[in-house]
Amino acid sequence: MSTTTDMKPAETKKSGGFTGAAANYIDERTSVSTAVKELGRKIFPDHWSFLLGEVALYSFVIILLSGSFLTFFFQASMAEVHYDGSYVPLKGVEMSVAMASSLDISFDVRGGLLMRQVHHWAALLFVASIGLHMLRIYFTGAFRKPRELNWVIGFVLFILAMAEGFTGYSLPDDLLSGNGLRIIDGMVKGMPVVGTWISFLLFGGEFPGTAIVGRLYSLHILILPAIIVALIAMHLLFVVVHKHTQYPGAGRTNNNVVGYPVLPVYAAKAGGFFFIVFGVVMLMASFFTINPIWNYGPYDPSPVSAGTQPDWYIGFADGALRLIPPGLEWVIFGHTYSFNILIPLVGLGLFIAVVLLYPFLEAWVTGDKREHHILDRPRNAPTRTAIGAAGVTFYAGLWAAASSDIIATHFKVTMEGVIHTLQAVVILGPFIAYFIAKRVCLALQKKDREIVLHGYESGRIVRLPGGEYIEVHQPVDEYERWKLVSYTNYKPLELTPNAQGKVSPIQRVRAGLSRWFFEDRIAPVGTKELEESHGDHH
Amino acid sequence: MPRTQKPTNGRARRTGRRSPLASVALIAIGLLFTGGAYAMISTSTATAQTETASQQTVSEGEKLFAANCATCHGLSADGTGSGPSLIGVGAASVDFQVGTGRMPMQANGPQAIVKPVQFTEEQTQALVAYVASLAPGPAVPEAEYLDAAGDAASGAELFRINCAMCHNVAGAGGALTEGKYAPALDGVSPQHIYEAMVTGPQNMPVFNDMNISPEDKRDIITYLKYVENNPSPGGFALGSLGPVSEGLFLWIFGLGAIVALTVWITAKSN
Repeated sequence: MSTTTDMKPAETKKSGGFTGAAANYIDERTSVSTAVKELGRKIFPDHWSFLLGEVALYSFVIILLSGSFLTFFFQASMAEVHYDGSYVPLKGVEMSVAMASSLDISFDVRGGLLMRQVHHWAALLFVASIGLHMLRIYFTGAFRKPRELNWVIGFVLFILAMAEGFTGYSLPDDLLSGNGLRIIDGMVKGMPVVGTWISFLLFGGEFPGTAIVGRLYSLHILILPAIIVALIAMHLLFVVVHKHTQYPGAGRTNNNVVGYPVLPVYAAKAGGFFFIVFGVVMLMASFFTINPIWNYGPYDPSPVSAGTQPDWYIGFADGALRLIPPGLEWVIFGHTYSFNILIPLVGLGLFIAVVLLYPFLEAWVTGDKREHHILDRPRNAPTRTAIGAAGVTFYAGLWAAASSDIIATHFKVTMEGVIHTLQAVVILGPFIAYFIAKRVCLALQKKDREIVLHGYESGRIVRLPGGEYIEVHQPVDEYERWKLVSYTNYKPLELTPNAQGKVSPIQRVRAGLSRWFFEDRIAPVGTKELEESHGDHH
Repeated sequence: MPRTQKPTNGRARRTGRRSPLASVALIAIGLLFTGGAYAMISTSTATAQTETASQQTVSEGEKLFAANCATCHGLSADGTGSGPSLIGVGAASVDFQVGTGRMPMQANGPQAIVKPVQFTEEQTQALVAYVASLAPGPAVPEAEYLDAAGDAASGAELFRINCAMCHNVAGAGGALTEGKYAPALDGVSPQHIYEAMVTGPQNMPVFNDMNISPEDKRDIITYLKYVENNPSPGGFALGSLGPVSEGLFLWIFGLGAIVALTVWITAKSN
């Protein structure tokens, strides 16, 4: 292209036309072409799991768009009115302005219900895609140096997304949202000494008060989105700075990225993908009801509906409260200590902290200070994969517990049975999951070794002149072999005395953890081993 | 007696002080009052039967009872170790339990489950008549409370306050302890809803007329029928089960579809 334009300058003018002139005008004033050139040549590797974070980004954009529409009509006031809209079974019922305006959005604003449903479905998708994205990052080891900080940013985004979700869920001031707030209020009040005062501060007095919807609204549409936008910008900036990770494969090293450039391939793919995600959300919102506030009615502290649950991402916390055994509440010196609330609070806090700090913990245990741009296949990091499986089981048990009543009615089992089973899942399940996942990983690694050394079973049985029968193995090709052998073989750290000739207790802990991490391992096939196995292909 | 004399008297004193229809009106008013008072007493105490069943129906019911119910409830309906006494449960209770297919019970369990109705309408009425003849109890409700034409908004509020904690705000049902449950209310006839409120079957509390008046019961029925007959404004209701079904739908179908699309987008063209 550029050579032809050099040779025929007269034609450039003609072919450039308005677009060329406009581009030139902008470039002369902003020097944007350098950035476009740099960014346009940025290479991204191609894999479906690399698009999960993009799904989160796009659902956030959808949330912003639909949310802005909703702010035009929503009134965050808890003043009391009698509903006078079109929904018959609520006509004349006393409710807050917030609830009445949410109902008006649903029934009397053109496109309002669709936008509400788009907003809510996109919010569920936002948190779900972040969760799935995080699982991908975790199980492929993409959080290792230099990306530890980006893991932390991403994790904070996950927490903020949940906060956004929860504040949004509470805004319509319907029965369900009021019940949710009541549980939060109870959890806050369960904290010793400060709980009651924090609750009063939050609600501006005794629950529910008349202030909470307005306060949550400020958080929901102002502070939280602002922080999220800033963190997303940082998150993406880091992705550009660090370059994207890639799966192991022929020709892929720590120093290159194999894939397609942003311009034109990824810009088109990602741009198109936005519309695909928007389309899926739109379809869901058009055909499936979400949060039918007209069924729940206005908040009133006395009724609670059967099947009252938080949105899925708060489910694990609700589940923890359901699973904690009763009776853990004592009055000591005139103060009530609700360990049935404190234990779940502390337990979940620890869980969150471990997830947040995991990259640093693993780096410390392994002592690995190198940069990693090639992803691990989950089987090649058996202990990490096993820890992940344990964490997923723990979370899933709590999550399932939030729907204990629905499980009981729909599978025709007793509620107590469900609760006790899930208590066992949450406590014993992680150990079982850890053990199974680790063994599966090691077995898969052994299988990989077997394939590299002896090839695939071809199913062809050959009779040798001597009468012996053998099965012919087909050697694996070089591309496939690259994938199977290119991983690091870590060994446990050895205890080394420091300058004073002593081994500190911390070093001992570290060595112990390192042994736990790498004691059971299957070494990748080396060159020498491969050479020796040649001619052994039966 | 006055009824027969009145027309002749009326014609004779055409110019008299009283209108010729006055006595008719007076009698009508008198009848209305006594009838109304009787009706009021009968609904507020819910004892008297509006239709007096013939002795033949009662004995028919007794035979059916002996063949199908006596094993658990006893030959004289006074209960055994495996079934409660039915003396005083009233017509409404039998009509509900038998009419919805809960009774005869299939097996002892946490709760009588709904099965296909075992008896014909006549047989059910015979059983109703027999049990009602044993002792006074809540009667089958009057048709005027079952027309589902009351105040849906008031019914919805009453339903949320009194019923939703077990039956869910949209009547989708819910779990109770030890394998018991509050059933979904979709498709239950107004008469059975009313009878359930008055008699408190299975684990349900009794909502008598002092607690929720017949008019309020009519409003509740109106709300339930409104929910049943009007599809959710937002599209498929996903069972009206709330955030659990929404979250499950999102993870399986929403995110499932999106993951399938990411695989499609990044697939290599062959």
